[in-house]
Amino acid sequence: MNNAFIAVLRRDLLLAWRSRADLLVALSFFVVVASLFPFGVGSDPDQLRAIGPGVVWVAALLATLLALPRMFSQDFDSGVLEQLLLSQEPPVAWVSAKIAAHWLSTGLPLVVVSPLLALMYGLEPGAIKVLALALLIGTPILSLIGAIGAALTLGLRGAGSLLALLVLPLMVPVLIFGAGSVDAWASGIGLRAHLLLMGGGLFAALALAPSASAAALRITMD
Amino acid sequence: MNLFKFSSPQTFYSLAGTLAPVFGVIAAVLATVGLYISFFAAPTDAVQGEVYRIIFIHVPAAWMSMVIYLAMAFWSAIGLGLGTRLSFYMAKALAPTGALFCFLALWTGALWGRPTWGTYWAWDARMTSQLLLLFLYFGHIALTNAIEDARRADKAGAIIALVGAVNIPIIYFSVKWWNTLHQGSSINLTKSSMASTMLIGMLIMALAAWAYSIAVTLVRVRSIILERERRTDWAAAEIRLQGAKA
Repeated sequence: MNNAFIAVLRRDLLLAWRSRADLLVALSFFVVVASLFPFGVGSDPDQLRAIGPGVVWVAALLATLLALPRMFSQDFDSGVLEQLLLSQEPPVAWVSAKIAAHWLSTGLPLVVVSPLLALMYGLEPGAIKVLALALLIGTPILSLIGAIGAALTLGLRGAGSLLALLVLPLMVPVLIFGAGSVDAWASGIGLRAHLLLMGGGLFAALALAPSASAAALRITMD
Repeated sequence: MNLFKFSSPQTFYSLAGTLAPVFGVIAAVLATVGLYISFFAAPTDAVQGEVYRIIFIHVPAAWMSMVIYLAMAFWSAIGLGLGTRLSFYMAKALAPTGALFCFLALWTGALWGRPTWGTYWAWDARMTSQLLLLFLYFGHIALTNAIEDARRADKAGAIIALVGAVNIPIIYFSVKWWNTLHQGSSINLTKSSMASTMLIGMLIMALAAWAYSIAVTLVRVRSIILERERRTDWAAAEIRLQGAKA
């Protein structure tokens, strides 16, 4: 089982690295969307500081969504997915590997870039750290939930917008606790509750989402 | 009696044909009685005046929207577990009614909120989770309609219904927590204990909503059965019969 996990993880990361221009597009999308808000709501520093965490989180949600179809679609088109399903390896192992690779190549860069955006919104250094930490715990959940949607909409017409309709409502709790953690920290309530809840969510998603995605892939390839 | 007998679409088709009008009549009678109580028998509310009467539609609709999602998840689980086609048909037949009640709950809530709270919409925990529930219904309906292969559509819809059902409590509590963090309970209903006529009226309306949902779902499931089973002899014969009548 470990062999399948590591092999698929390495392969997917290698493929992601070789097509890194695609990853940069998703990352640029994240930065562009987050930079749009001040043009819409005005450049009042206090207001920007107040909406900053929420904007960065929504932008991260949308950037994750944009990158989701790629999680399975190339392997679906090339037939690799079918071979993986036919193989003896347990689907949960390689599905988990694909999700992990997807997060490492699209989610982690968002976390790394987020302090830059937070600076643009005038967040203080402490808040920037909290935001990055919350994104570090939260973006894997987004990839895990998204994997179910990506597997269900594989190969459909208009898969992108359908995927948004399916998974965005499910991602709302992550958004609430992710963006809320910065507010909680700033107001002195403390981070603990938010981070613990997100950590619990991460473990729940880790336990459930790979098998749900694997089941969805089986249905798709049936 | 063996209940599994009715897991065959053919036997269920005729059972649904018998039961649908029965529940339709029950729904009509209950709604008539319920609406009479709502509009004439129930006293005017001391705090809110006449406008509170929206509650007789609003609360049953909100209850129904949640119950129907659970019913969808139930049939989806049965369908995935036992591989019975009829369970998927049931889930598919329930979805539009659930979405309708969800929308009604939001709509009547907005109409009720304007005179009492002074706003059509507030980012209140219940309203927000109801809105997200509506999105879940839309997602389910959109997904099952987007997939052309009927059996894949059934199972994909079942998975998303189950994922949604797992998420609903999480969504509800996270939204509740988010809301209480951001704003105090500025818009809690100042509800003194309800007069018993009001309560009875509401319960009768809720039962009417149940009967209506069952009746409509049974009618819808009959159409779905005919559509899906059209290649079997009995369904083809039934379709010809219906065509001759029309």
